[in-house]
Amino acid sequence: MKGNEALAEAAIQAGCRHFFGYPITPQTEVAAYMAKRMPKIGGTYLQAESEVAAINMVLGAASAGVRALTSSSSPGISLKTEGISYIAGSDLPCVIINVQRGGPGLGGIQPSQADYWQATRAPGHGDLHVLVFAPSTVQEMVDLVMDAFDMADLYRMPAMILADGALGQMMEPVEIKERPKRDLPEKTWAANGHENKRPHNIVNSLYLTPGDLEALVKERFERYDRIKSKEQRSESYMADDAEFIVVAYGASSRVCKSAVKAARAEGIKVGLIRPITLWPFPTDAIQEAAKTTKHFLTVEMSMGQMVDDVRLAVNGAAPVSFFGHTGGIIPSPAEVLGEIKKLAGGAK
Amino acid sequence: MSKNFNMVLAGFGGQGILFAGKVIAYAGLMDGQEVSWLPSYGPEMRGGTANCSVCLSDEPIGSPQVLNPDVLIAMNLPSYEKFIKAVVPGGKVFIDSSLISGKVEREDVEAFYVPATTLAEENDLKGLANIILLGKVFKEVGFSSEEALHKAIEKCVPARKAHLKDANLKAIQMGMSL
Repeated sequence: MKGNEALAEAAIQAGCRHFFGYPITPQTEVAAYMAKRMPKIGGTYLQAESEVAAINMVLGAASAGVRALTSSSSPGISLKTEGISYIAGSDLPCVIINVQRGGPGLGGIQPSQADYWQATRAPGHGDLHVLVFAPSTVQEMVDLVMDAFDMADLYRMPAMILADGALGQMMEPVEIKERPKRDLPEKTWAANGHENKRPHNIVNSLYLTPGDLEALVKERFERYDRIKSKEQRSESYMADDAEFIVVAYGASSRVCKSAVKAARAEGIKVGLIRPITLWPFPTDAIQEAAKTTKHFLTVEMSMGQMVDDVRLAVNGAAPVSFFGHTGGIIPSPAEVLGEIKKLAGGAK
Repeated sequence: MSKNFNMVLAGFGGQGILFAGKVIAYAGLMDGQEVSWLPSYGPEMRGGTANCSVCLSDEPIGSPQVLNPDVLIAMNLPSYEKFIKAVVPGGKVFIDSSLISGKVEREDVEAFYVPATTLAEENDLKGLANIILLGKVFKEVGFSSEEALHKAIEKCVPARKAHLKDANLKAIQMGMSL
């Protein structure tokens, strides 16, 4: 299955029946798949007039308590940021997919990871975070979309899948497994018609009294703290006895896995930590590794964005280097191996 | 027999390069291999060159982008020129010799010349030059079992083109007989 199709099918399996989108390479197959499937299962597929409209339709659907999805690629996500901020400010759950391409501006259409800052720092204006998941295989596209819907509902906030053009376009085998249903809170806040049986609900993000707004944002940040302590996820690969650690996510982590394997074959004690959640960032795993690691290397398809979070987690305990390509170029395993060798110096 | 392959298939958009790659990936999948298929995508696909990377492996696949293929299938000159230097020493190169007239100058790779497009036209298999080449690749490389290859064809030929299944199988046989 193609990565983009896997994202779409996973959302349907997760119970999402409302998709609002606007075509953009390299994520168009998500919308195309939804256009085909949704009418057959009684769902809504709507191609909006723009990305701005699509995210506001998500806001509307999420207000009514249903699982809603939108997807786009980098320039389109920028257009959605206003809506994402409103959704976060209204404490609504939804899932947003970003199949990243080169930027800034219209950039290019080849794979990129240059929206890390946007996703983890400023997915919209105001004090806010969204959950950010970073799949690295087509199978994970499926698993993480399902997790994203659950987590969004659990914490009443938007969740983003931060993929890239390579993952969206590639095909790999996938298994769509029945999953145990997670215990999720009832959506008592939904504005879905009260039939005079309860007081009406209001979905809103406007608070003109500074004290009210501050209290609400503080409550939200307490929730963010709980998420940071409970929901960090990462995968360690050959990292147990490693003197050097490569940190990479998504498509570039696959390249790094190949490079780590090659370096191990040459006797270099190197491992990989692959963040699966980018927000919350797996600070704990990296902090723990920093106790025994001589040198970290962060590899990204950008000029170096996640490396900031790695440095914050390492907190000076070891040097942190960066290697990457941007503009739509995927680093090669040989290049990463070269960088690992530079770190390792003569030490074998 | 090593069953790890990193292949690049390249040609013009419309020659079925991506389809042939998909068949190889599915054949590997049917044999229980780890597989990945990564296409080039974007404006170059309309009338321009198209290519895809296919990996078959016993282990989970790292980078799905094949930079140094051990099998190259080239169906036009620009693609051939783009990728021939990247083939690993000892690699195998399959060329549609009806469309590419030159010979491979490298001596450290094994070259197979198949006039696939001409054969397809002469044998009522128009549009299946890609599959004739695939048959030859299968014979020389053995990327999967024959049963898996047949299953992959069954799987990849879309329902609305079901009438082309037999032609595809015939094209495979033709390629294998060369």
